[in-house]
Amino acid sequence: MRKCFQDGSVEVVIPSDLNEGQQVRDIIETQLRLHHFEEKEIFGIRLALDEAIVNAIKHGNKMDGRKRVHICFHVQIDRFDIHITDEGAGYDPNQVPDPLFDENLERSSGRGIFLMRHYMSEVTVHAPGNRLTMCKVRKKVPLKGDAR
Amino acid sequence: MSTQPRRRRLEVEDHGEVTVVNFIDRKILDEQNIAKIGEDLFSLVEELGRKKILLNFSNVEYLSSAALGKFISLNKKVQQAGGKLLMCNINPDIMEVFEITRLDRLFSIQRDEQTALEAF
Repeated sequence: MRKCFQDGSVEVVIPSDLNEGQQVRDIIETQLRLHHFEEKEIFGIRLALDEAIVNAIKHGNKMDGRKRVHICFHVQIDRFDIHITDEGAGYDPNQVPDPLFDENLERSSGRGIFLMRHYMSEVTVHAPGNRLTMCKVRKKVPLKGDAR
Repeated sequence: MSTQPRRRRLEVEDHGEVTVVNFIDRKILDEQNIAKIGEDLFSLVEELGRKKILLNFSNVEYLSSAALGKFISLNKKVQQAGGKLLMCNINPDIMEVFEITRLDRLFSIQRDEQTALEAF
């Protein structure tokens, strides 16, 4: 289900299906290109989105087909905002071991939230931990005449 | 009942003792794909007994942390088998992911395939 609002924001509700998550990422990537985001910015946003949506489906909803993921995003020329809510019990991001510590370097998971924080301007996990908001504020915005 | 043919995700070539692996996909993001790539990589060590493995990332534009997890597991398996895993041709965006996660310290990363082959 997809709803588009007058201010340009889009709301999507998807089942706990990784392919559906992939489609949402593709739609957002297309919108970022239409708004002239640079390739490097798109790389980082795409990576953060991938981590967030896969987390919601896999760890939040535990792949339960009856549960949904609610996504609301807004792409503007100078910023990208997204809210992702799953129907799981939530988690405390402070309990995730720091992936940069020597003893955690060889852990095969636990880098998702770290990557989101690196590539996005702001990342907030809201209690009880099943709702995430992220934004990317662009440092350099093309002037109207520069848009190609 | 017909079984669907398994899609090829890796291109594997032997250069002497070294097994060079090229990724077919430009984006290693999709979880199901990553799981299959992991199985194929692990079988090189566990079933085929390959000990010197070079992952060539020249085709790869994106990868997720789940993919990093598979490479970490592969590295452990190769080391347990007494072998060596090297990587090469990593593009600057992906290299940044390795650097910020400090995985550039865990993996041996070479500039290109020739340099990597000489480093075994």
